[in-house]
Amino acid sequence: MHLNFENSQDKLIVYMSGELDHHSSEEVRNIIDDRLDRDRFNKLIMDFNGVSFMDSSGIGVVIGRYRKLHMRNGEVCVTNIKSSVKRVFELSGMFKIIMSYDDVEQAIKNI
Amino acid sequence: MCHNNIKIEFLSKSQNEGFARVAVAAFATQLDPTIEEINDVKTAVSEAVTNAIIHGYDNEEQMITIEAIIDGNELTVIVCDTGKGIDNLELALQPLYTSRPDLERSGMGFTVMDSFMDSLEVKSDKGRGTSIIMKKLFTPLS
Repeated sequence: MHLNFENSQDKLIVYMSGELDHHSSEEVRNIIDDRLDRDRFNKLIMDFNGVSFMDSSGIGVVIGRYRKLHMRNGEVCVTNIKSSVKRVFELSGMFKIIMSYDDVEQAIKNI
Repeated sequence: MCHNNIKIEFLSKSQNEGFARVAVAAFATQLDPTIEEINDVKTAVSEAVTNAIIHGYDNEEQMITIEAIIDGNELTVIVCDTGKGIDNLELALQPLYTSRPDLERSGMGFTVMDSFMDSLEVKSDKGRGTSIIMKKLFTPLS
């Protein structure tokens, strides 16, 4: 799993690429949390355009970041959810609490 | 009626999750699956193997066995560990339940397996291990 970070208007954007499973999720979680804490971000945009596979471990990662930022009155959203990962998201009911946008530009405008 | 089967054994290292799902998916390509069907199988296998690693073996390194069988248009995947077994199976099968909230698990593993495959059966003996038996029927190409 490869992560690329950008920031825009005090929002941290993480572009993920590769396979998000139990094996990769721990590293992904640690790297994102380090970045959130180091630069005191409280808004996070997680981009899934490059994610070719995801199982329920990915849901744990997104919900975990949601909980973390929710405690700081922050926000998490997801972008570029493709059909291969969409079903896992839908099954988890996560879209009820976390917004999904077509692309990062829209997410920056809305959160 | 075509029949085929494979059996693979590997250490319960998280690095092997990717290997396990790709190996079963490669075997299932004999059924001329759609991309969506293959993705369903990969996701279900990944969940079952993750369960064996985290819950069955508590991250200790032991062997996981996967048997995959093709019978006509049906694929059966059996994922076995010889770990500690499931305390309360009824509870474990409930969506969003996790016995390890400390690990940021979503509690969706069995729900994903059940939804992405056509059938799911879990056999577990305390102290002896768990077997997950999943079946999926593939639509034949017309």
